[in-house]
Amino acid sequence: MSDVLKIIAKRLGLGFVTLLVISVIIFSAVEMLPGDIAEAVLGQGATKENVAAMREQLGLDRPAPVRYFEWLGNALTGDFGQSLVSQKPVSGAIAERFANTLFLALYAALIAVPIAILLGVLTALWRNSLFDRVANVATLTSISSPEFFLGYILILFLSVKTGYFPSLAKISADMTLWEKLDRMFLPALTMVLVVVAHMMRMTRSAIINLLASPYIEMARLKGVPGWRIIVRHALPNAWAPIINVIALNLAYLVTGVVLVEVVFVFPGIGQMLVDSVTKRDFPVVQACCLIFATTFILLNLAADVGAILTNPRLRHPK
Amino acid sequence: MSESDANTSKKEMLLEIRGLRIEGYSDENWTEIVHGVDLDLHRGEILGLIGESGAGKSTIGLAAMGFTRDGCRISGGSIDFEGMDLTTASPDELASLRGAKIAYVAQSAAASFNPAHRLIDQHTEAPVHYRIKKRLESQEDAMELYHKLRLPNPKEIGFRYPHQVSGGQLQRAMTAMAMACRPDLIIFDEPTTALDVTTQIEVLAAIRDIVDQFNTAAIYITHDLAVVAQMADKIKVMLRGEEVEQAETAKMLEEPEEDYTKSLWSVRSYKRQQKPRPSGTTPVLSVQNVDASYGEIPVLQDVSFDIYAGMTVAVVGESGSGKSTTARCITGLLPPTSGKVLFNGEELPSDYKARSKDQLRQAQMIYQMADTALNPKVKISEIIGRPAYFYRGLRGAELKKRVDELLDLIELEPADYYNRYPPELSGGQKQRIGIARALAANPSFIICDEVTSALDQLVAEGILKLLDRLQKEFNLAYMFITHDLATVRSIADEVVVMRQGKIIEQGPKNEMFTPPHHPYTDLLLSSVPEMDPEWLTTVLEERGVDNIGEGALKKT
Repeated sequence: MSDVLKIIAKRLGLGFVTLLVISVIIFSAVEMLPGDIAEAVLGQGATKENVAAMREQLGLDRPAPVRYFEWLGNALTGDFGQSLVSQKPVSGAIAERFANTLFLALYAALIAVPIAILLGVLTALWRNSLFDRVANVATLTSISSPEFFLGYILILFLSVKTGYFPSLAKISADMTLWEKLDRMFLPALTMVLVVVAHMMRMTRSAIINLLASPYIEMARLKGVPGWRIIVRHALPNAWAPIINVIALNLAYLVTGVVLVEVVFVFPGIGQMLVDSVTKRDFPVVQACCLIFATTFILLNLAADVGAILTNPRLRHPK
Repeated sequence: MSESDANTSKKEMLLEIRGLRIEGYSDENWTEIVHGVDLDLHRGEILGLIGESGAGKSTIGLAAMGFTRDGCRISGGSIDFEGMDLTTASPDELASLRGAKIAYVAQSAAASFNPAHRLIDQHTEAPVHYRIKKRLESQEDAMELYHKLRLPNPKEIGFRYPHQVSGGQLQRAMTAMAMACRPDLIIFDEPTTALDVTTQIEVLAAIRDIVDQFNTAAIYITHDLAVVAQMADKIKVMLRGEEVEQAETAKMLEEPEEDYTKSLWSVRSYKRQQKPRPSGTTPVLSVQNVDASYGEIPVLQDVSFDIYAGMTVAVVGESGSGKSTTARCITGLLPPTSGKVLFNGEELPSDYKARSKDQLRQAQMIYQMADTALNPKVKISEIIGRPAYFYRGLRGAELKKRVDELLDLIELEPADYYNRYPPELSGGQKQRIGIARALAANPSFIICDEVTSALDQLVAEGILKLLDRLQKEFNLAYMFITHDLATVRSIADEVVVMRQGKIIEQGPKNEMFTPPHHPYTDLLLSSVPEMDPEWLTTVLEERGVDNIGEGALKKT
């Protein structure tokens, strides 16, 4: 087991280095945005004195590296500075939004992952059958349509025409869990439709790749039935690539939801990011980007660890 | 093991194959690969199926279970197993036979056990599925079988994962698994081909014993005549999907009728005169007190030997004994931790990156798997031409002339092969290209790493003869890495025996092959199967059943 712990520690260390590099990139990207932030915040009618005062207040008159380390130091303690627009601490505003986004991602993942794996196993079992083709075409269609288009279609058919689900996903803290789930169903379904195809196809091909291996032939020659060959003999050896794709899609559920949140007016972090970019609220932009990067790194780390743990050679050393 | 004719005819017929035809799908065409084969097997009888690769042995073996690999189909004939025709049986009926009535033991146990499950869980799968036994009952039976097959710690070994068990043990565990439902017939598909000789003998003894105890019928597929002679009651010789001849084992060995069978039998008779060391010269290659390790793990200890010009030194030993690692040290791929490698008396830098082009040119390699050692997307002319250009700067017409010359040397017609690609060639031809590539650099020393072990015997003999001719022509020194002692006997001048990273014994071949030997050399030599059908029985009597493999060493 100590081998596994060592590998995990190494990956965590590497993840932290990656995060540092990304923080530099984020900071420089914001720094390189065209135009002067103070001017943009104050608008066109600002006087020179006003702009200079604003620059001083924001600390923009000091060199970039100094500001970078200041920002990084504060960020490490959870302080992302103050929003330029609302003048409130960024961390508080983000925390609530981010919790909503995570909740939506979890909701979608709990539906999408089991469905994708089940469909993947079934299509591998009945490969080249009518079921396989229908499942492939259906999931490919859903992944090929833009999210906002899918969202509006769902609103049209499941909300406007039939009234099954609410079209707006505005939630607040005082709602019951059931109410929240009901309101969030359409955005969650939209995201499920977007991510299922990728995971399902990876499950299917990872299993089918293994079907030519000698131990599968051996299982067949032992008279093991088809479903058992897939579930018991192929799937346990196919987890590594499947887990990786699941992690990528989970990360997408957290970071790629901007359009869905806009369509369903969902109070998540994606919408906040879009708003902040238009308003030049750079402390918020930086914080959001950093959170997205962390999510990606952590989920990939989890995938690596998961893939390692499914390898019997590492779980049961000699 | 052999039965008399009268005895066999009384026995009940188990498997009767008539006019079996099998087609394979390639290049968008179905081509026939098995052309009307008949096969009879009685209860408790063992049939040896032998032939070179491509003879259709495995295909027939699998067909006896009503199974064809993807891209194959049974196109004619009948397979009658206990009154059921497997060619017309439904998939469900076939599935209910497999594992229960007919079982299969594959060539590579390491690849055929599922890495994700414990051995015993894979063992109990079929009996539990067929409701022949309850899980616990079946587990106890497994331990009993492990015990019968003389696996160490039979109570515990089943609870390990495949990667925690050695190759020979896995092969026996797989035989136990095949026995799980007490089938009437077991197909053994080259079960010992991938094993070392000392391990092979253990597995052979175990298989023969258990098949005998349960009176199971078997089809034993192999390309090794000496092995099949130990196992089978009767032998069927196959060539390109057709039967050559069939006879009882003793008769087949003593008086084969067909020319092809005779040619198979005679392969091992090729022998070359042993050469003495040339006097008064420095060795071409001298390995002196070399130690090496992979990371923390030491793999070589104090390895020293010399190779003189025009001589062949065979380095023998089991897998993991350090043969190929020694070659990596010599070529500089793995710098030794101590000791040195001298070339014509001059010390070579330990890392190949520090060696001059001329030093690199002098030592070339030929690899075991010609398939993977040649880039499939590169023309033959380029494969051979590149070292000629790289080391000697040849180009244009000169280069073409050199490539033609090399193709002539390896007995391939230049005009036919110049523009072809490796996948279009046969295994033996690919290995010849590998030889030409090594020669292109004009080396004085060539490392041959198991160059014939992936080839059929007749083809391998051709390669050995070619290497011998080239050695005489260019006064080449060979380091010949092999685990096959028959090959050593035929071509070596000197022999180095390695075990666990150390040299056990070395000397001229004649001395090494005449007693007294080091006990380990003795074990290696006496474990090589001989054509005599009584050989295994005799060896087992000499060593005693509990000291078959490595155990025989501790005794001495």
